[in-house]
Amino acid sequence: MIRALFMAAALAMATVAAKAEVEIQEVTSPGGIKAWLVQENSIPFTALEIRFKGGASLDADGKRGATNLMTALLEEGAGDMDARQFAAARDGLAASYGFDVSDDAMSVSAQFLTENRDQAIELLRTALIEPRFDDSALDRVQSQVLSIIQSDEKDPEAIVGDAFARLAFGDHPYGSSINGTLATVASLTRDDMIEAKNRVMAKDRLYVGVVGDISAEELGTLLDTLLGDLPETGANMPPRADYLLTGGVTVVPFDTPQSVARFGHQGITRDDDDFFAAFVMNVILGGGGFEARLMTEVREKRGLTYGVYSYLAPRDHAELVLGQVASANDRIAEAIEVIQAEWFKVATEGVTQDELDRAKTYLTGAYPLRFDGNGPIANIMVGMQMQDLPVDYIATRNAKVEAVTLEDVKRVAARVLQPENLHFVVVGQPAGLETTN
Amino acid sequence: MRRLLAVFGLTLMALPAWAQDFVSTFSLDNGMDVVVIEDHRAPAVVHMVWYRAGAADEPPGASGIAHFLEHLLFKATDDMESGQLSKVVAENGGTDNAFTSWDYTAYFQRIAADRLDLMMTMEADRMRDIQLTESDILTERDVILEERNQRTENNPAGLFGEERRAAQYLNHPYSIPIIGWKHEMQQLSMDDAMDFYRTYYAPNNAILIVAGDVTPEEVRVLAEKHYGVLEPTVDLPERARPQEPPQRAERRIKFEDPRVAQPYVIRTYLAPERDSGAQEQAAALVMLAELLGGEGATSFLGRKLQFESQTAIYTAAFYSDVSLDDTTFGLAIVPNEGISLQEAEDALDQAVADFITEGVDTEALNRLKMQMRAEQIYERDNVGSVARRYGAGLTSGLTVEDIQAWPDILQAVTEEDIIAAAEMVFDEDKAVTGWLMKPQQDAEVLQ
Repeated sequence: MIRALFMAAALAMATVAAKAEVEIQEVTSPGGIKAWLVQENSIPFTALEIRFKGGASLDADGKRGATNLMTALLEEGAGDMDARQFAAARDGLAASYGFDVSDDAMSVSAQFLTENRDQAIELLRTALIEPRFDDSALDRVQSQVLSIIQSDEKDPEAIVGDAFARLAFGDHPYGSSINGTLATVASLTRDDMIEAKNRVMAKDRLYVGVVGDISAEELGTLLDTLLGDLPETGANMPPRADYLLTGGVTVVPFDTPQSVARFGHQGITRDDDDFFAAFVMNVILGGGGFEARLMTEVREKRGLTYGVYSYLAPRDHAELVLGQVASANDRIAEAIEVIQAEWFKVATEGVTQDELDRAKTYLTGAYPLRFDGNGPIANIMVGMQMQDLPVDYIATRNAKVEAVTLEDVKRVAARVLQPENLHFVVVGQPAGLETTN
Repeated sequence: MRRLLAVFGLTLMALPAWAQDFVSTFSLDNGMDVVVIEDHRAPAVVHMVWYRAGAADEPPGASGIAHFLEHLLFKATDDMESGQLSKVVAENGGTDNAFTSWDYTAYFQRIAADRLDLMMTMEADRMRDIQLTESDILTERDVILEERNQRTENNPAGLFGEERRAAQYLNHPYSIPIIGWKHEMQQLSMDDAMDFYRTYYAPNNAILIVAGDVTPEEVRVLAEKHYGVLEPTVDLPERARPQEPPQRAERRIKFEDPRVAQPYVIRTYLAPERDSGAQEQAAALVMLAELLGGEGATSFLGRKLQFESQTAIYTAAFYSDVSLDDTTFGLAIVPNEGISLQEAEDALDQAVADFITEGVDTEALNRLKMQMRAEQIYERDNVGSVARRYGAGLTSGLTVEDIQAWPDILQAVTEEDIIAAAEMVFDEDKAVTGWLMKPQQDAEVLQ
């Protein structure tokens, strides 16, 4: 490998609250594939995280579930190996490969030892470049996915997620489960798998993060070996998803003792100037900690639930503020009333200086703790690239949190929180609740 | 493809076992054990206190009290207001939580390393000095009932699991659910909580584990300052739980629920656990579970039932090796469309018999041992998981020496050991076989 071909810019940076140093190198392989690398030689293994933007939302018309099934099939036979031979080769190397897909991205997560890195990468290459999609594997994994779809139809948490998505986004891919339906999955063929792979796994939507016992030069070679033979381009990204819900309640009757409610309305984009203020505001309203308003009011003071939370969901083609709670059928109505009241209070009054200060110290202190292992750091770096954040984001992120003022939170709460548009989808036999309109 | 496998095979044996030189242990004068796991790559620590007390240590009739008490430990002490500990942890950028099992209850915080002193101040405070109100009891009892709703009442697989466990253990308190039986949870009182607390929450019944950017010397100084001054429980009861009588008949359960979408069969056998100084048989059972029913694409059950025949969409074997008293070894099969539970169970039985007849696949065993050696490298990247391994082991009757000897004991397991373990554990008279089903009427309507 010719060193001059590398454009490796090593930027040292220190996080603010703790002394954590993450030295990210931007690597471009001889073949032009970009990656972010943190070289960490103390443990002889490497974590590799690959993402393809677009994910399951790139399912072709009428082929809902194709990307999900294709992703599951990548490790079910590749090159001249069938599924069992592939698994045996992987285990013999003590490597691990994970393949996963969500609404907006397909991911490949790998860990491999330094001592057999080349073989581990060669094996992974066969899965990414030469998957077989044998009929026998297709049949087998199809049956597994169909079983999951059937189980989801009887699982209150899955029902509530699917119902909210359908009401919010209708026919857009965001409006249905990435698993597909019994009908669409049963109809998928080997050709559909090849088509789905070509739509999703292409170089024009590729992001890579690597952490571990590997140099920039070695990584350059690895990237070309592993990913060089991927197609240059894939399918066009889906259109923006129109949000179809207004405020109210939708009850989905299901005979079970505890009702599960999902609630939300439209949110805020990741690149909005107010995003950080909104993010801090949500931590105070419904972040996962016991300190959050929703947790304090619904669980700590009233014992109405084991858990309640809200979160910002800035997706690629739509933005939501979402939350979830579960309470016994005769108590869910009260839980919803309390949530509505807290939503209204924060929207109209903002939060207190004390709450803001505590949220900031929590967020700034917790941030360095996220960098706690090769895999997690690789994940963070891929996420940053997909959100188009610069390498120095890690160094500036806490300052952005610190810069949020009480006035910012008040303004953004009034803008982002819409008590009148908050819609609750409730699965169960909730007492005293009926579908509105 | 054979060639490829053989080439990969050559490099397998080179990997050295890594010494566990990043783990140190010592004890305080009052009997508290301390484990320090070093990882200096990032300035963070996990601080954990484990108690040798869990659901299987509860008095009869108060099922769920160990877990309820775990919730109540986040309320007030003589020095802290209710909720203050979590609040202070969050204000310092940390996260905290706790968990309860049959053999242990544990509390932990993840936080910047320079806050360890503060964490120990608070954790030591709540070991001896919680101060509960009746209102805490009533409100938090509602919370755990909702937790039970979420985990169990809303989930037929959860209810099914409770039935199977209760059938497995006729006499040993492993028969109760950790969350508690609902009718007993509804009656849990302040006295139940405080009796359990005063007995078991003491330095001589606790293990401190600190993992991350610390040295054993630093931990010793802080631990002596905060935990070393606490009074031990002098009359700490021996953990001698009622043991199982010999099982003389197979036990079978059919559990029907309209919320079941995918029927399946699970069978568990009463099995020996890892005992201090005698972990060899348990090691063979660990290998047996992996080879027989680890991942579908590599296991024997997967090959027979998911690949060579399409009887099942999922198969598994599982074994809980860390346990104070007798544990279970389990088998599961989720039948493919059109296969009845009886057919699935029969095919499972046949596959297990075939495994014993055919013997262990040497290459598969070598691959498994390679993976287990590699795990010693991978786990250095996650000292939190090392901390949990030590905590669970030390609260389940094992010593530090046992835990450190375990990787070598796994490597020493032979093919004969595995078959002998299979012949020992697969005894119909130790089995509980459960069928999870839709109500028969529904099933007929669907057909």
